[in-house]
This record gives sequence, C-alpha cells and structure tokens, in this order.
Amino acid sequence: MISLKWVNDYVDIKDENVFDLATKITQSDINIEKVETNHIDHLVVGEVLECVEHPNSDHLHICQVNVGTDTRQIVCGAPNVRKGLKVIVALPGAVLPGDFEIKEGQIRGEVSNGMLCALCELGLEEKTEENYNKGIEELDADAPVGVDALKYLGRDDTLYELDIHKHRNNDCYSHIGFAYEVGTVLNKKVTLPESKYDVDNSDNVNNHVKLSVETELCPFYMGRMVKNVEIKESPKWMQERLISAGMRPINNVVDISNFVMLEFGQPTHFFDADKLGSTVLVRQAKSDETVITLDGNNRVLNEKDIVITDGTKPTCIAGIMGGENTEIDDNTKNIFIEAAIFDPVATRNTAARLDLRSEASIRFGKGLSYEYTILAMDRCLSLLQEYANATVIDGTLLHDKVDKTKKIVTFKTEDINGLLGIKISTQDMEVELSRLQFEYKLNGDEFTVEIPSRRLDIDANVADMAEEIGRLYGYHNLVSTLPKVPTKRGQYKGDVAIRKTISRRLRALGLNEVKTYTLVNPNKIDMFDYDKKEAISLPNPMSIDKSVVRLSILPSLLETYDYNKARKVNDINIYEIAKVYDKDLVEETKVAMLIKGNYITNSWNNNSIKCDFYTLKGIVENLLNHLGFKNRYIFIPEVIKGLHPGIGAKILIDRQEVGIIGRIHPSIKKDDIFVCELSMTKLYNFNIKALKYKEASKYPEISKDLAFVVKKDVTAGSIMDEIKRTGSRLLSSIDVFDVYTGENVGKDEKSIAFNLVFSDPSRTLSDEEVMQVFNNIITNVTSKFNAKVRDK
Amino acid sequence: MQEKINEIKSNLVSDLEVVNKPQDIVDLKAKYIGKSGCITELTKNMRDLSVEEKKTVGMLVNEVKNYANDLISKKEEDINTKILNEKLANESIDVTLPATSIKAGSPNILEKVVEDFEEVFMSMGYDVYDGPEIEEDRFNFELLNIPKGHPARDAQDTFYIKDDEILLRSQTSPVQARVMLEKGGNEPVRMICPGKTYRRDDDDATHSHQFTQIEGLLVDHNISLSDLKGTCDQIAKKLFGEDTNTRFKPSYYQFTEPSVELDISCFNCKGKGCNICKNTGWITVAGAGMVHPNVLKMCGYDPQEWNGFAFGFGAERCAMLKYGINDLRVFYNTDLRETSNFDRKEND
Repeated sequence: MISLKWVNDYVDIKDENVFDLATKITQSDINIEKVETNHIDHLVVGEVLECVEHPNSDHLHICQVNVGTDTRQIVCGAPNVRKGLKVIVALPGAVLPGDFEIKEGQIRGEVSNGMLCALCELGLEEKTEENYNKGIEELDADAPVGVDALKYLGRDDTLYELDIHKHRNNDCYSHIGFAYEVGTVLNKKVTLPESKYDVDNSDNVNNHVKLSVETELCPFYMGRMVKNVEIKESPKWMQERLISAGMRPINNVVDISNFVMLEFGQPTHFFDADKLGSTVLVRQAKSDETVITLDGNNRVLNEKDIVITDGTKPTCIAGIMGGENTEIDDNTKNIFIEAAIFDPVATRNTAARLDLRSEASIRFGKGLSYEYTILAMDRCLSLLQEYANATVIDGTLLHDKVDKTKKIVTFKTEDINGLLGIKISTQDMEVELSRLQFEYKLNGDEFTVEIPSRRLDIDANVADMAEEIGRLYGYHNLVSTLPKVPTKRGQYKGDVAIRKTISRRLRALGLNEVKTYTLVNPNKIDMFDYDKKEAISLPNPMSIDKSVVRLSILPSLLETYDYNKARKVNDINIYEIAKVYDKDLVEETKVAMLIKGNYITNSWNNNSIKCDFYTLKGIVENLLNHLGFKNRYIFIPEVIKGLHPGIGAKILIDRQEVGIIGRIHPSIKKDDIFVCELSMTKLYNFNIKALKYKEASKYPEISKDLAFVVKKDVTAGSIMDEIKRTGSRLLSSIDVFDVYTGENVGKDEKSIAFNLVFSDPSRTLSDEEVMQVFNNIITNVTSKFNAKVRDK
Repeated sequence: MQEKINEIKSNLVSDLEVVNKPQDIVDLKAKYIGKSGCITELTKNMRDLSVEEKKTVGMLVNEVKNYANDLISKKEEDINTKILNEKLANESIDVTLPATSIKAGSPNILEKVVEDFEEVFMSMGYDVYDGPEIEEDRFNFELLNIPKGHPARDAQDTFYIKDDEILLRSQTSPVQARVMLEKGGNEPVRMICPGKTYRRDDDDATHSHQFTQIEGLLVDHNISLSDLKGTCDQIAKKLFGEDTNTRFKPSYYQFTEPSVELDISCFNCKGKGCNICKNTGWITVAGAGMVHPNVLKMCGYDPQEWNGFAFGFGAERCAMLKYGINDLRVFYNTDLRETSNFDRKEND
C-alpha cells in the first residue's frame, strides 16, 4: 500500500487527480490495481451549540449542532459530548467504513439528523474498546465549522494498491522509490528527507561492540549505537502514516524502524544493546541450531540460514525475525542498530522454509541498494534523536563487500529508435533521461548514462535503456510493422510433419482427437506392459494420481472412454498422439487409438458397421498405407498383457515391431473395446520409397477360387504368405471370400476360401502356365499346413 | 397390289392398338416384316413382273415396309418407356429418412487453436518445431537468463525429476534455446514451438498442472518492437476477427527486454466493456518482448549483430476466450458430444 500523502513529502502531487495519475503510472509500467481513497462525503466540522440529556435514556444526549449550512438536532451517546465542543459530524448520506450509511431518523423518540463521530468510527484509528471509550473526537476550538472534516484533520489520503512486475519490486516497494516513479511520469524532481542529528563524541560504538561477518551471504552490514532512549508513543503523524500503510503503531522505537522501512524500503533491526553483549558475529547457522524468535516460537535452523550471533548463540535470524533474547522492551535504554543487506535467495528460502514471511523478509528477498541502506541508517538516527531523545554515539561498524562498479551504458538515439521501431529526437531522448533522473553525458548523438544504484533492475545494456525509454514513450503509441527481412513459407520440422499427417488421416477415418495427462497413477503403468520398460516416478508428486510419467497412452484413453460412457455416449472412436518417457528418459511418441460401438451407423436400414477387430485393423492398414508402408507390415498373433489373449497381435514393419492391436481384456473392461498403439517414433525412422506410377495390365486376368480345410490354429495369414510365395509374380492379387467352421468340416477344422487372380502386365497368360502355378500352390499349401483342398 | 398394301396398313394400325408388352412387339415384327411376314410375302412373285412393274411394286413395298417399321419402333419405344416408368415408380424411396452417418473425427480444441497458429505463422515464414517435455534445467531456465535461485523460478513451480537438473519443462522456451544453439549463431531464426508444459498447480476450472503454450521466436538483423506488434496483429486478427485491435503494456520477463503484455480489443463488446474484458475493453492474451541480449549471447548469437523478439500465448486461454469455454478441464476430459462440432472449417 502506497499512501499518496506520504509520497507528497518527496514529490509534489497535491494538485494531481489521483485516478488520472494512477492511469499514467500504470501505462508506464507500475500496475496500480486499486485506488482507495478514504474521503467520506458529508463529513464536516460542527459545533455543539446546546447539549441536554435525553429524557428517555440514562446516557444519551440531545444536541443542537451547527454544521455550517444549518443547525440540526443530533442524538449522541458519547460521554464527552458537551456544549461548545467542536466535533466531526457525519450528515445524512455519509457512508462510514463498514458500509454504514447515516440516515435521518429518531432515537428513542427524539429526532436525530446525523452522527457525531470518534476517529475509530472513521477508520482513522483501530476499533479497540479503549478507543471507543474515549468517546467522540474533540477538535481544536478554532476548527472552522462546515469544512470537510478529514481535510481539516489532514487525514484525507489516497492509497494505491500496487501489483508490481517482479523486476520493479525492489525499487517501487517503498514510498521514496515510488516517488521516483511518480516524478518520472510527471517530470518532477524528487526531494529526499533530510537526516540531521548530533553525535556524542564522548563514546564510540567500538567501545561496546565488535563486528565480524563470516559469510558471503551478507555483503553489507552497518552498525550504529544510540543511548538513553525514551520509549513512549510515537508522534501522531508517524502513527497516521503507519496506519494508512497498513501497519499498527507500537511505540516510538518500533515505529521508527517500520517507518524508515516503508520510506526507503530498507529494513533495519534494533537490538537491546545491553542484552546483546559485546560481539556481533554474522555467519551461516549451524545444523539444528535453535533460536526463539520475537513471536515466541522456537526455530530450528540449518546451514543455509544466515544468523546474527553474540559470538556463540543466535540473536536474530538475519532478514527474517529478531530473537527474543535481544528484544526491545519498555526498559530498553541503549540500542544497537543494524542496517544490512542479506542474500536475497538465502533470505527467501529461509522465509519460505520457516513460513515466516514478514515485511522485512519480503524486502530482503527482492534485493536492496547499499546507498539506501546508508540513508536509512541516518534517517533512523535522526528520528530516534528527535522522537526518543536518543543520544547518538560516535562510530560506525561497517562490513562492505558490495560491488560498487558503476553501471554505465553508451548508446546512440538511433539504437533505441531501431530497437523500439520509433522515431524520437536526441533532444526528446534528453528529456526522457532527465525525467528518469538518470545522470548522462551527451557527445554528438552518443549518450553515456549512469544507472542509479536504486535501480537494481537495470543492467548496463541498450535493451534495458530501450525499455525505460519505451515505457515513457508509451507502448500504446507503437505502430505495427512487420520484419523487413526476406523469408519463405515455414515448414514442419523433425517428426512434426508425420504427426500432422497421422492426425489428419485418423480424423478423416472418423477418430476424434483427445488430450489427456502425461502424469498418471502408478496403477496404470503395467496395465499394458508390452514394452517391458520401467517408468519414471516423480520424487515430489502433488498426488498419487499424478505421480508417474506414463509409458502408454492406452490407460488414459480408457479413462476418456469411461468418461464418455458415463455420459451415455455409445459410439466412442478416439485417438491421441503424445510423448512417453521411460526411466532412462528415452523419449518415444506414441499414437493410441480406441474404438467401440458403431463405426458407421444406419439403424433403420440395418446398415451399420459395428466396430470389431477388423474395423480397427482396417483403420491401421489405411493409415500405414497412407504413410507409404503398403506390403511392408504384418500382424502376428500375440498374447499381450491387458488384451484378450485370443484377440491381440503385434504389428511389424520390415520385421521390426512397431505396435500392438487387440481387444481390451474382459477383466479390465467387459465392453467390446478395441485398441491399438503404434510407435510414431519408429514409423518416422523408416525409409519410405518414392511414389511411382504403375500401369494397370492391359491383358486379361484369370481368376480362380480355391478352398483349403486346415486345423483351426492355422492362420489365414500364414497360408496367404505361402500362396504369395508360390504364386510369385504371376499372382496379382489374393483375397479371402469365406471362412467356414461347422458340420461339413471336422470339429477342430476350418475351411478358408481364397480368390486368386493371375495376370502379367506384358502378355496374355496361357491356361497351362496358370494351371501349373495353381497346382504348385495346392501342393505347397497342402504339404506345409497338412491341408486338404475342399471340393465345391 | 395397292389394295393389299392398304389392307396391310389398316391391319397393322388395328393390331398396334392391342399391343402392350415386349413379346407382342416381337410377334408383330414377325407377322409383318419378319422373313415370312406379310410384307415380305408381297415380294415373293416379283421375278414374274416386268422391269417397269418391278420398279413400281418395289417402291410400294419399300414404302409400306418403312411405314410398318416406323410404327412398330415407335410402339416399342412407348412400351419400353412405360415399363421403365413403372419400374422406377416402384423404386422410389423416402429421401427424408436419416442418412447413413459417416462421421469424420474432430480435433482436440487446443490442437485446433494450435493449428490455427501454425497456419498463420507458417505463412509468415515460421518453422514449427517440437522439443522434449522432459528437459534439463540448463535449457528450461539457465540459458533463458533465469539462473538458479532467481525469483522467477518460484513463480514457475516446477516438477523436478532428478535432483535439480532434470525436470518436466515449465515452459516451451527451452525449444527456442535448443534451436538457436543448433543454428550456431549465424543464420536467422523464425520458429514457433507449440507444446505441453507442466507446473505444480492443483487442477480446477482455471488451473491445470498440464497446459499448452504456443511460443515463438524471431532472430534476425534490425528487428524492432514495432515488428513484434505487427506480427501479433496478424495472429490476433486471424484468431479473433479482422476488426481486432492490439496494444502493448509494459511487463517483465527474464528472457526479454523490453517486455510487454499483448492486449487485444474485446471481440465480444468491441471495446465497449463487458464481462469478458472486465469492463476494460481489452483482454490480455500473451506475453512478449525483445529477446534479452544475455539469452542471445548464451545461445550463440552476438547481440551486437543480431536481435529479435519472442512471444508466448496460452492455447487454453485463447481457446477459452474464442469459444466461450469457462473450465480448463474441458480440454483434458473430452466429452465427445461437446467436441463433435469442432470438425468444421471456420471463416478463412
């Protein structure tokens, strides 16, 4: 929360419209999420002209109050209301915090047209019992009647709630940092607060404390000491500032530390010097070292944490929270002040591990500028002297390993113009740089700019400068152009092209594409264990259901099947293409398909095609033919885990296994579900022959039918292979037109009838040569498979 | 003779009146013009006649023959037409009965959005790359200017697989780093790399541990932020309509400098303010920026000579906005009744 009243201390924004200002700032990088103003309409200063007791109450009063425009009757229950008092009056129509609207009305029979207010009722003080008991706010006797009460009190303020992009978190997370941003946007100078204090030369911090820093995680540590502080309430203005920024006032010392943090963004830590002892040693914690923090909790530390110690035991978890053993209390007299920079990563990690995210740890976690560390220390000393009567003693303990190399960037106007695609002049560039309050030198058209250390986010390169100029120029002012470089149409690279081809083909074949999760429950892993691979388990999964990287897509397709079946979808034809990984991180892209129900539907005409094994086999063959594998693949019966033992096959191309196909095992799902999974990676790696024109034979074909009776376990495929081998080049095609089992053949036998077509592209075949081949086929098949030719 | 002919003609006319089936026509042909038909009979005694008479009789016979042929053919055609019409009438079907349903499959909605992006960007010369989903920390973070311990890593709560080195990629940007290194720093890059990404998020209507990014990269000479804006215009118009406007807002990403957010004018209310744009008239759809010099350097390109831009869209966000979907899980739990509509062309 940024208080605009507070910002106004450093840059003049009295006359700005707070909403317009918010828009300007948002456009130039710092996103203002909410503008919250505490202004309340119809809240005025009034004077109690008369005050009598309410006849029907033992504590209410009936008051006649002058509110400037008129005098009205208001019933008030506060014990301190009295004649002549200047008060805050909420007139009818005023809406107090908590959506409490003041209306004209009656209280116990007496007219009451308004309400006299306490500060806590206006959100200016905490709603505590103590504050309520104080009664209504008593204004000074010279308060002008009828004016806006909050304005008179100087308590009218507007708060900006920021949503800052990460890189600007460090510099815009304080009122001075934000003031610089406002100054940039409005082109106004920022004035830093002056810190003045007297130093008592009779004593020196070196007489009391010895500093050593034994960790690289603390590049900057500054220690000063004050004596004889007087712990009391902090001044009203400081309390108001803290309240508006969302912090609770405690006492002057704690409030000063918080105030300076909100002002400069630099947290400081105050130790009770008398409890601290004579040593301040900054180091990394030891394993299992413990400290009781200010909130009373015992914290167990490890080597990654940074601690402040008294030489032996921790007195503070650096950047996170102080220790109880050195806490400031009402009796504290002498204070050791720490202003330091701790490693942002270490601070963030410690805060996260201990679940201790404080205003201080957040700021250390974002990174700090040493210049502000020094300014913050001075500011603390000055405020402690002024508001706690502290004696500032001489001497500064300092550990300083900060790299102070200046960030210098050199560029020409055209560099920035080129990068942004804009045209601004060198003169305009000078204006922008002075708005940013960056020091620069101009030599011809070459700028040399020094980046101030408060802007940790800017690196010394042209791109970073272009960003600063760009946001001031306004990105919304950019025009649209296209890169002026030659180009040709883009391509699918690697296996993306085959993935697209497969996807298009499967959609054309009626399969719907789905997308499922890569991470699955371990119980899905060995459902179809045909690859015999081991899966990767995540070391820190979010849930058991998403704890293993899948090896097969099929279990996920079954889930999609269930999801749709539960929604009464009957025809489920789906596919997915996705990557899988095994334990050795070997990547494979798989194509999975699942079909169930009707493939083609026409119910009234009895003309539907129900999905069965051969439907899916047809889809797969269509796909493989499309990819150029015609005549290169075979299906070999195989018992595969997860598939019906009699309805399953592996698919081979050029003798290499590329996938599986079959019916889901009834123990997994009773429904007739058919699935196939292919390795796209393997398909991609085969060579494909170039496509060539082949002339159809102009000579007559000779067609012959032939049926064999064989044992049931002989496959049609093996007989066809033998027929093809024997028929050789004269056999131009082969088809199965009948498969028969039943009373006309033996119990363990079946008959398979083939249609064979013979032709030669260059001549007419003679009956004799065809018969010779035909007879060779009969001889070979009968002997190889112990088959009989079946008579017609 | 003439009398005979007249008699034949009148007989034929009355015969034709009762003819009504193809067999009758066959019989009729036999009776009149067949080998022993009555017209053929007329020529039987021709050889006894004089040359002059032969000529006259020949003409008369020919004339009656043609006459008979014409009439019979015409009748034959009538009968055939009648038979065909009767047959066709019997074959008529109810064309309003339901069709045999021949369905093509639909794309996954996210994939459809990805394909739209690919079409636009390929036409502008961008190649489409794929990359590993299990990545090395180096590619996913370090080469993108996000060293270990950088707060930007906290926001991308990552699924680590082995120690701090192997992870499920939290963004698709590592593909860009891989392609730049592969090109070796001396040729231009124009690429997009749509793909799956993973972050530790609990799945609900607006969060998903698995999601889809569409990132792109252009590296060349003398590229400007305005070129990025022009490029974003193209995809915005293609995806959300020709009248879509774009604007940039300042933003921050570790791998770009300057960084911007891309807003499109609200396609729903055309900028007037509505629920979808939360009454601002604008919707944020992407993050983008000029490639950070450190990234160029680490990936082998000399930032003095080369520069470029990068952008990243969320496929889920684009799909949700474009098709009015309000639950992310729709994309990963496919209900076929919902997706079947997506098998169609949209306005090109």
